[in-house]
Amino acid sequence: MKIKAQIAMVMNLDKCIGCHTCSVTCKSTWTNREGAEYMWFNNVETKPGIGYPKRWEDQEQYKGGWTLRKGKLELKAGTKLSKIALGKIFYNPDMPEMKDYYEPWTYDYEKLTNSGEKKHQPVARPKSVVSGETMDLDWGPNWEDDLAGGHITGPKDPNIEKIEEEIKFNFEQSFMMYLPRLCEHCLNPSCVASCPSGAMYKRDEDGIVLVDQEACRGWRYCMTGCPYKKVYFNWKTNKAEKCTFCFPRIEAGLPTVCSETCTGRIRYLGVLLYDADKVLDAASTPDEKDLYKAQCDLFLDPNDPAVIEQARKDGLSEEWIEAAQNSPVYKLAIEYKLAFPLHPEYRTLPMVWYVPPLSPIMSHFEGKDSIQNPDMIFPAIEEMRTPIQYLANMLTAGDTKTVKEALQRMAMMRQYQRAQFSKKPFDDSRLERVGLTAHQIEEMYRLLAIAKYEDRFVIPTSHKEGYMDPYRAQGMEGFGMDCDGCGPASPKPSAKSGREQYEENFYGGIWRD
Amino acid sequence: MNMIDQFAWVIFPYLCVAVFIVGHIFRYRYDQFNWTAKSSEFIEKKQLMLGSLLFHIGIIPVIMGHVAGLGIPKEWMNAIGVNEHLYHLGAMYGGGLFGVITFAGMLILTSRRITKRTIRKLSSTSDLIVNALLLFIVFMGVYSTFVTNNVQPDFDYRDTISIWFRNLFLFKPEAALMVDVPLSFKIHIITGFLIFAFWPFTRLVHVWSVPLNYARRSYILYRKNRGQSARH
Repeated sequence: MKIKAQIAMVMNLDKCIGCHTCSVTCKSTWTNREGAEYMWFNNVETKPGIGYPKRWEDQEQYKGGWTLRKGKLELKAGTKLSKIALGKIFYNPDMPEMKDYYEPWTYDYEKLTNSGEKKHQPVARPKSVVSGETMDLDWGPNWEDDLAGGHITGPKDPNIEKIEEEIKFNFEQSFMMYLPRLCEHCLNPSCVASCPSGAMYKRDEDGIVLVDQEACRGWRYCMTGCPYKKVYFNWKTNKAEKCTFCFPRIEAGLPTVCSETCTGRIRYLGVLLYDADKVLDAASTPDEKDLYKAQCDLFLDPNDPAVIEQARKDGLSEEWIEAAQNSPVYKLAIEYKLAFPLHPEYRTLPMVWYVPPLSPIMSHFEGKDSIQNPDMIFPAIEEMRTPIQYLANMLTAGDTKTVKEALQRMAMMRQYQRAQFSKKPFDDSRLERVGLTAHQIEEMYRLLAIAKYEDRFVIPTSHKEGYMDPYRAQGMEGFGMDCDGCGPASPKPSAKSGREQYEENFYGGIWRD
Repeated sequence: MNMIDQFAWVIFPYLCVAVFIVGHIFRYRYDQFNWTAKSSEFIEKKQLMLGSLLFHIGIIPVIMGHVAGLGIPKEWMNAIGVNEHLYHLGAMYGGGLFGVITFAGMLILTSRRITKRTIRKLSSTSDLIVNALLLFIVFMGVYSTFVTNNVQPDFDYRDTISIWFRNLFLFKPEAALMVDVPLSFKIHIITGFLIFAFWPFTRLVHVWSVPLNYARRSYILYRKNRGQSARH
């Protein structure tokens, strides 16, 4: 046994309101640079929909993730040798193009102020930031937000295509949910496995997956390798970039920017301990419907004395072990079994987990007294507006049973709490049917509904001060590599005087970044 | 033999090789961040497929052919049973075929770089120089193979150019060997050395990053924080 620690995330989709605050704060932190305009390390998709890039879940097209060949785990895009031998290094047939994401644009704002007097009002036309030419917009980030055009893109959602019965996209029967997506920081990352230069790696201490910007040679296999399409190609620097899990913040014990700023407080961050020796076996599970269970089995009980002893042997500090014991991720994903990995069938063992959303019970069922009779909640889950099969296609490789059980637990928690608050009697034996105790339900309620900051984020610091001078290191991390004056160790002082900077950035009393 | 010959066939080649070596050391040490394959497949894919595949599939045998023709003495070739006639067939038809494939790829890549607006906008000066030089060098190479070799069948580059080339590396430069070489070969050689001088400062450095290690290494890579003690 070799115990490693992983910082993992859970998102409670039941509470996501699709406000995109996570995406915007992430973008303004990490990708508001030239060449990175089109990148959204975090984006929120409306499902059903084809997403970003278009139809990213269609691995027959993009060849992301792993597959089993004769029982052996292999990259879906081909073996190591095939990449070199078959000339894929000269042309990668499975790589997405910019048009699969969208061509980034800006607006010709200057026209609005310097246009002469005309019959019609001046218009700020969209201009491509790649070519600088005016362009017609026909796709962009969140083009299908809130089911805009959902009757056209919805049926093309690969999760919908897998459902045998017909899903209608008319107003009465439509359903939708939000799916915030970021890098999954997988236990078995296919992007890392795809990188021929060895530039991508998983951090031993916390499992964060990063691209070494100095070592990346721009071969772009990582883009193909990642089934979530969360490794991006910077068209200006010609290097791969991806979500960093805000590692400078994590190291300091702070949540990622997307988690910190989430208005719905849907995100949880915590430590999971896992057995690194068993990762390959878990990812090679023959039946893809068993992958979820195999992944859960990798995680070790942080309260088990044998696990604690081994963790100490493998170099984990007391602080990390304690964090693992208080981990909200362990509680939601492993203890309560409420959260699921996104598309386990890609065999990457993703580490961003999702609590499936409850949705309204379809009206034709209401007559059967589902509100009045609390026991009706079990059959009622089947009649939810969002088809269980759809959720299962995303979260459990199509296994509806486990998703249904999670939804039942959430529904039971609501009923229990409703009884408590309205001082109605509640038969505690009903809790046994979902495998929970009253205490666990209370804990679940506190974690999911109250969602206190210190309960949501249990992140041990990395104690960098033990092996480096963090004061000198300020401003040394990130993608820019040319950050003038953001830290005391800045290599070259800014050539601009304070006066010049002031004049460049200060417009009519408003600071511009 | 005048000063120009001395410069072209002694000083200039050494200058180019020196820049090639020092430039690479410098770039590798100080500019890892910009060391990439600089692919534009992300912007345009269809034409790149044809152009890039043709070019790369052509250029690799062409380079091997150059090594055989320039690096291996005629006598050694004869000794292993490759006589004049056999060599000529290989150089003419094999070399010619791959030369043409390379040239076709280069033509497609060049037209793509010029006609596709976005690709043109994203091209740096160095990209354009490399592109133009490669197109020209490959053209001169193909021209020398098909035209010059047939117009002047008496000329054997293995008795002149090859010896001069090998002697450069033995530090016995002999410009005299190059004086009577046909012009097309001369141009091909001069521009060839020129691109070696440009090499370290352009996208061509990606050649040295061919991921040979990849085949042998494990799929998943972990990295530990440098200088970290066993317990963190």
